[in-house]
Amino acid sequence: MNALSRFIASDFTYKFVRSPVAMIASLVVFILVGGAIFAPLFTSQNPFDPASLNLMNGFSHPMEPNQFTGESFIFGTDDQGRDVYATILYGMRISLFVGFSAVMFAMVLGVTLGLIAGYTGGRTDTIIMRIADIQLTFPAILVALLIFGIAKGITPPGRRDEVAIWVLIIAIGLSEWVNFARVVRGATMVEKSKEYVDAARLIGRSPFTIMLRHILPNTLSPVLVIATISLALAIIAEATLSFLGVGAPPTQPSLGTLIRIGQGFLFSGEWWILFFPATALLALALSVNLLGDWLRDALNPKLK
Amino acid sequence: MSDPRTDKAPLLSVRDLTVQFPTRGGLLTAVDQVSFDLADGEVLGLVGESGAGKSMTGSAIIGLIEPPGRIGGGTIHLRGDRIDNLSPAEMRRVRGRKVGMVFQDPLTSLNPLFTIAEQLIETIQTHLGVSKKEARERAVALLDEVGIPAASRRIDDYPHQFSGGMRQRVVIALALAAEPDLVIADEPTTALDVSVQAQIIDVLKRLCSERNASVILITHDMGVIAETADRVAVLYAGRLAEIGPVRDVIQNAKHPYTEGLMGSIPSIKGTESRLVQIPGAMPRLTNIPTGCAFNPRCPKVFDRCEKERPALLREGQSEVACWLYDEERKEAVT
Amino acid sequence: MSDPLLQVKDLTRIFDVSKPWLNRVIERDEKQYLRAVDEVSFSINKGETFALVGESGSGKSTIAKMVVGLLAASGGEIVFDGQAINPADTKAMAAVRSRLQMIFQSPFASLNPRWKVKDIIAEPMVSFGLYGEGNARVKRVEELLELVGLSAADAAKFPHEFSGGQRQRIAIARALSSNPEFIVCDEPTSALDVSVQAQILNLMRDLQDELGLTYLFISHDLSVVRHMANRIGVLYLGALVENADAKELFLRPQHPYSKMLLDAVPDVEMTGRPRVELSGEIPNPITPPSGCPFHPRCSIMVDECKAKMPPSIETPIGEAKCFRPEFQL
Repeated sequence: MNALSRFIASDFTYKFVRSPVAMIASLVVFILVGGAIFAPLFTSQNPFDPASLNLMNGFSHPMEPNQFTGESFIFGTDDQGRDVYATILYGMRISLFVGFSAVMFAMVLGVTLGLIAGYTGGRTDTIIMRIADIQLTFPAILVALLIFGIAKGITPPGRRDEVAIWVLIIAIGLSEWVNFARVVRGATMVEKSKEYVDAARLIGRSPFTIMLRHILPNTLSPVLVIATISLALAIIAEATLSFLGVGAPPTQPSLGTLIRIGQGFLFSGEWWILFFPATALLALALSVNLLGDWLRDALNPKLK
Repeated sequence: MSDPRTDKAPLLSVRDLTVQFPTRGGLLTAVDQVSFDLADGEVLGLVGESGAGKSMTGSAIIGLIEPPGRIGGGTIHLRGDRIDNLSPAEMRRVRGRKVGMVFQDPLTSLNPLFTIAEQLIETIQTHLGVSKKEARERAVALLDEVGIPAASRRIDDYPHQFSGGMRQRVVIALALAAEPDLVIADEPTTALDVSVQAQIIDVLKRLCSERNASVILITHDMGVIAETADRVAVLYAGRLAEIGPVRDVIQNAKHPYTEGLMGSIPSIKGTESRLVQIPGAMPRLTNIPTGCAFNPRCPKVFDRCEKERPALLREGQSEVACWLYDEERKEAVT
Repeated sequence: MSDPLLQVKDLTRIFDVSKPWLNRVIERDEKQYLRAVDEVSFSINKGETFALVGESGSGKSTIAKMVVGLLAASGGEIVFDGQAINPADTKAMAAVRSRLQMIFQSPFASLNPRWKVKDIIAEPMVSFGLYGEGNARVKRVEELLELVGLSAADAAKFPHEFSGGQRQRIAIARALSSNPEFIVCDEPTSALDVSVQAQILNLMRDLQDELGLTYLFISHDLSVVRHMANRIGVLYLGALVENADAKELFLRPQHPYSKMLLDAVPDVEMTGRPRVELSGEIPNPITPPSGCPFHPRCSIMVDECKAKMPPSIETPIGEAKCFRPEFQL
C-alpha cells in the first residue's frame, strides 16, 4: 500500500499523466495485449480448432452477412471460413509470446555479459565486446535465418513445427542481446567508479555480490527502456521471419504468418485478410515503440 | 543625456530581486526579495552555502537563468538603465560589453574549437569596433597582464593546451576584453588548487581595480572574501541575511547565522578545541519556515522570529535581517 | 615512540598511462608511466590522527586506497598491526579487513541510491558475519544512527531523502559498524558546506575520543587538517616532502613547499599578515621535474636540487626532504 501510494505520487506518474502519447500508446498496448491473453473471452471461434470452422463462411466480407450462412464477421473471413478478428487475437498471442520470450532471453544474456564485461574490464571485456561488435555487423534477420537453418537441419521433420517457435525465440533473442550488453556495460563502468562500490570492495564483498546487489539495480532504468524498444523490434522481426516462411508455422499462425497468408489474396480482391492483421501489427509495434521512447525520456535524469 | 559616469546612481542597483521556479509542488523561490547596490570600482562578495541562491542572483543579473526559472519580481538597474526586462538579443549586448563573466569551470567560458586569439579578438572587435590588428595587440597585452608567460606566442594555442590555472587567467582576460564596468565572478577559484587559487584572486583583484571595474564575487569561501571584497552580502535560503563592510561582517558578525558561519571555519591558528556548529541544515526551498528562515536553527530565537519575516535593519555600517536589531527589542533587553 | 598501528615504508605506486598499443605504434610514442606515489614512508600511532595534505596530483588519494587494500602497491610495504597489507593475499586481507575502514569524499556517490539506510549500514556486519543472532543487527544499526546524530527511524529511508551532511553521517555509521580501529578519511568534508563541515569534523573528533579510533586524514584544506591532526605529512607530486608535528608545522614549516602552502591559505581572520607572492603551477606528473620536484617553483633553489632528490633529514619538528630546510638557513 505504501509502495503503491509512493508510486502514484512519483515523478514518473506525474510525467505519464501529462503525456498524451504515452497514455494513448499504453492504452493501445493494454487493449491489444489484453485481447491476446484473454482471446477466448472475446471471440467464440478458435481458428486453430477445425471443428469450430465452417467452410461455407469462406471469404465473407467485413461487416456483411455471408451469402450462404447469413453469419456476419466484423473483419471478414479467410478462404477456410476463419474469422479474421479471431485469427488476429490468437495470432497476437503467438507474436507477443515470441516477442516477450525473445526479449527476456536477450536481456538475461545481454545484462549478464554486459555486467561481466564492464566490471571485470581488461581482456574479458575486450573479448565480449568484440563478439558483440561482430554480431552487430550481421543484420538481425540474417542471424535469425542462419540459426533457423541450423535448427531445421538437426531436428527431425515431424517435430519441426513444434520447435519452430523456440527456434524463433532463440534466433531473435541472439540478434538483440548486444544492445543490452552495451548499455549495461557502459552503466556498469560508471557505477563501478563510484565510491559505494569501493566501500563494498573494502569489506571484502565478492565481485559477484557487488555486481548483482550493488551495480545491477543501478543499471535497470536503461535496461527497461531497451527492453521496451527491443520488444517492438522483436515483434517486427518475428513477423518478418514468419512472413518469409521461416517463422511460426501455419498451424500456429502469428501476425506475420497471417500477413503472409493474406497477401496471397490481395490481388483477388479479398483485401481484408491482409489488411486487418497488418494494421494490428502496426498498431502493436508502433505503440510499444512510442512507449519505449517516452520511457527513455522519462527515466533520463538529464532531461528533467 | 547626462554622462552616466557622473550620475549619482550606483553602477548596479538590485531591488527586491525574486527568482522563481515553477515545479509540480508549486512555485519555488530561489532568490527572495534581495536588494543591494554596487558602486563603481567596488568588490562585493556574495556568500552563502549551497542552495542559498548566490549563483542564482548572479545569473539573474546577467539574464542567464535557465528556464523554467524566471525573475518573479523586483528590478535590476545598470547605470540607471533597467536590464531585467531586456530581450535576449539586447541582453547579449549588455553581457559582452558592460558585464564580463568568470565561471567556476573555465571550459564553460572558452570554446574548445577556437584558439585563444580568435576568441579574444572577436570579443574585442565586436564590442570596441577596432581593427583586427589593433584587437590582436590588445589581446596580447591583456594576456600579458593576466600573467600568461610568452603571451604573443601562446595566444594562438587552443584552450586545452593550457593548465587549469592558466585557463582561468584566459577567462579573466576574456571577461575584461570589452572593458566592462562590472565583472561577475561565480566561484572563480573553486576548481583550482590552493596555491593557484591565491594567484588567480590576485590577478582578478588587480586588473579590476586598475580598470575601476566593479566585481561581484560569488563564493562559498569566506577566506577568499576576506582577502578580496570591500563589502559582503550573506545569503541564507534565498534571502539576504546581512550586508555590510567586509571587516564588520567577518570580525563582528551581527546576524546569528553569519556568526555561526564564521565560527564554523577552522582557524589556521588552531586555538579552538571544538568548532562552533549550527545545528541542522539549511531548509529545502520547498520547506522554508515562516517568519525568519533561520529561526529553527537560531540560538537567539524569540517568538517574533517565528511569525514575522525580519526587515533589513540598519546596525552600524551594516544592514541585518534580524529582529534582534529592532529598536523595540533593543530597548526591551536593556 | 609508542607502538605504531600503521607503518608505511617506501610506498610507491606507478600507473601505466600509455596510449593504446596501436596509437603508440603509429605515433612512435614510448610507454608512459606516472609515479603517483614515490617512496613515501610514515607511521601512525594508536589513537592518533595523521593527516596527508597536498594539492591535485600529489598522490594522497592513491595512498589512501593502498592503505586500505583497494589498490596494490608497486613497491614498498604497508604494515597494519604487524600484518602486511596486500590485496593479492586474500587470506591475510580477510583477517584485517574488519579492522580497517574508510570514509569517502562524496556523500552522494558513496551510498548506493537503491539501498535503504539500514541495509547500507548493516552491510559490513553481513560481510563479516557480526551481530548475527536475532535482531541484533537491527538494534546495532539503530545504535549507530543515534551515535552519529541521526534517529533510529531514519533506518527505513533511502539516501536521497537526506542532505549532504546527513549522508556523510550515514557513511560514518557504516564505517563504524564493523568496530574498526583505524579509519582512512579521504577528504570527508570537501564536498560539504562550512557549517556542515564543522558538524562532521566535531563528530569525527568525538567519535575518536569515545571509541579510541586512529585516523589517516586526507585533505587539501590546511585549516581542516590543522584542526584534526596530531601530525601532518605534506605531499608534493607523489613525494612526502615534510612530515612534522601539526602545531609546529604551522609555526615553523621547514620545507619551502610547506611554507608556500601555508602562505596560500586565505587570511580569514583578516590579521593583515603579509603574503609572499606565489608563482607557478603544479607540473604535469607524467613528466615531473628532475631532482626535487618542487625546484622549478622554489625561491631558495640551488643547483643540487635539480640534480637529485634530497634525502629525508631530521628537522627540529620532524623530517623533511630538502637540501635547504628552514632551520639550516
